Amino acid sequence: MSLSLKPQTLEEIERAITHYPVKRSATLPLLHLIQEDVGHISDESIEWVAQKLELQPINVYEVVTFYPMFRRKPIGRRHVKVCRTLSCALMGGYKVCDEFKKEFGVELNEVSADGEVTIEFVECLASCGTAPVVMIDEQLHEKVDTAKVRALVAKIRSEAKTKGASSV
Amino acid sequence: MPAPEQRRLIFKHIDEPGYTNDLACYVRNGGYEVLKKSVARKPEEIVNDVKKSGLRGRGGAGFPCGVKWSLLDRKSGKPIYLVVNADESEPGTFKDRYIIHQDPHQLIEGIMITCFANNVKQAYIYIRGEFPEGARILEKAIAEARTANFVGPNILGTGYGCEIYVHRGAGAYICGEETGLIESIEGKRPYPRIKPPYFPAVLGLYQCPTIVNNVETLCHVKHISEMGGEAYSKIGTPNNTGTRILCVSGHVQRPGYYEYEVGKITMGQLLNDVCGGPLPGRTFKGVIPGGSSAKVLRFGETFTLKNKDGSTRTLTVEDIPMDFDTLAACGTMGGSGGVIVMDDSVNMVDALANLNAFYAHESCGQCTPCREGSLWMKKITARMVHGDARAEDGALLNSVANQIAGRTICAMGEACSWPTMSFVAKFGDEFKAYPETNNAPKSPDALELV
Ligand SMILES: Cc1cc2nc3c(=O)[nH]c(=O)nc-3n(C[C@H](O)[C@H](O)[C@H](O)COP(=O)(O)O)c2cc1C
Ligand code: SF4
Ligand code: FES
Repeated sequence: MSLSLKPQTLEEIERAITHYPVKRSATLPLLHLIQEDVGHISDESIEWVAQKLELQPINVYEVVTFYPMFRRKPIGRRHVKVCRTLSCALMGGYKVCDEFKKEFGVELNEVSADGEVTIEFVECLASCGTAPVVMIDEQLHEKVDTAKVRALVAKIRSEAKTKGASSV
Repeated sequence: MPAPEQRRLIFKHIDEPGYTNDLACYVRNGGYEVLKKSVARKPEEIVNDVKKSGLRGRGGAGFPCGVKWSLLDRKSGKPIYLVVNADESEPGTFKDRYIIHQDPHQLIEGIMITCFANNVKQAYIYIRGEFPEGARILEKAIAEARTANFVGPNILGTGYGCEIYVHRGAGAYICGEETGLIESIEGKRPYPRIKPPYFPAVLGLYQCPTIVNNVETLCHVKHISEMGGEAYSKIGTPNNTGTRILCVSGHVQRPGYYEYEVGKITMGQLLNDVCGGPLPGRTFKGVIPGGSSAKVLRFGETFTLKNKDGSTRTLTVEDIPMDFDTLAACGTMGGSGGVIVMDDSVNMVDALANLNAFYAHESCGQCTPCREGSLWMKKITARMVHGDARAEDGALLNSVANQIAGRTICAMGEACSWPTMSFVAKFGDEFKAYPETNNAPKSPDALELV
């Protein structure tokens, strides 16, 4: 089984395993590391983790399917997570979500046609005092209104362009 | 009476200009001095201080911290673990976030004092997956503390050693429940364990005695060790000691986090004086005082409570002091300190539908009442919102909710049914009128909640 992980990921995987007296405990850390490296958790990744931790693939599979943050399929290059829960909803979270969908022309949990974004509605991000909030990749954006959505969308688009240009 | 001043013990340095989250800054501000003094004491003395302090857990249940520690099975011969609950997953709660991001060493110092006091050699910080930066900050802070011998094999030359590792969750609310959290560290689905026999203090992580405490609780331990249990117990009010961080969100002018002595500020002072009152042209309608699972209060209702001498007193919602015992006496709870405010623009059926969607999504599915009940409560409120509300829906919701609590493995049974029970009980008129109100034309600035 070959999973092409970056050397740094492999190093971090070895280190994570040493943090626990029982190997199985490293299941979540390994899945995070692999997902951060390759973008999602494939069948192959599940088997790889199982072998690494001396588990059955089902032990890993049942973890992957339970936790919302682990995904079985690739998503867009940018991951827009809009908070759905009450405090954000009270301050316009649903509108913010609609705005993102409209701007990118994409439905929830799908990948936009250009492969650039996936929008997800997530539960409370523990920043209710600055509602509504949105997390784009690992960055939290607070008090998001329509104007801010447009600015964020423009930023994502411009970053996509510069990335595209430099990689040609 | 105007609101008292904040008393910032835990949030002393939060948002302070120039205060950074690195070791040098923490040490410059007196950091780790309490740890140094603590490791020179007898561990039992620290435990006694925490008992005397009256500190109650800030994670949700308000369980006395010293009592929790004294339930630890110290004779099993097995290692004792500390698990730090940094899952911060109860909607409406946003306090641990700021400690982790802006003052991680305060938490680490609290952890190390707790570990020393309880002979713990290994601690895990369980941080929610949605805090990737927080996890990195903690890891860096732990590495810094290790270099300075505040964490590691030989702490401050005492021969006592203790390690801390960070364990990231992955987006599931139920990982906040302490035994679900333990399963999650063990690399499994976070299915809460049945108690008895799986009380963490006896059979916790890897079936070893385990302390599970919230981030804020452990920060308080540092301050208790600093000032002594006796002195700490004088802060706040009897049986509701210390300070606590109140997180206010929703429909107020100034949402945010405010730290007060427990019970020294009332709901009215908090929402009107501190948070600036309702938004322009609006009035308060309901408030959830302790995280989304706490029962909602309706502005205008009153509570008649017994005094110690047998007489009674009557409180409005605004009169309620924000402490554990009074909120409990008023039929709700202080919970995690998350105060969610709803004004007259909110239809309470919509608000409940929003919460029900959360609980249905987050039930782990082990117990039939919680799995099916949360789903049916969601389906009923969603149906109402989507145009098919019936006059009997309030009663139907209530009957589902009443079949969950007390019949489940974990307290999620209560958490998922209390919103429905309380919304229907207190805003029954809105549930009855909903078939009409929902069909009426909406104002253009009305916000969707579901
Ligand atoms: C459904 C559910 C979710 C919970 N979520 C959290 C949480 O996010 N953070 C937390 O500290 N405690 C949470 N708790 C409470 C924990 O089970 C536990 O009581 C707490 O971490 C103990 O710490 P404390 O005594 O310091 O408060 C939750 C409980 C339940 C039933
Ligand atoms: S009460 Fe709900 S969340 Fe708790 S164990 Fe049962 S099904 Fe799971
Ligand atoms: S409800 Fe959105 S951050 Fe809490």
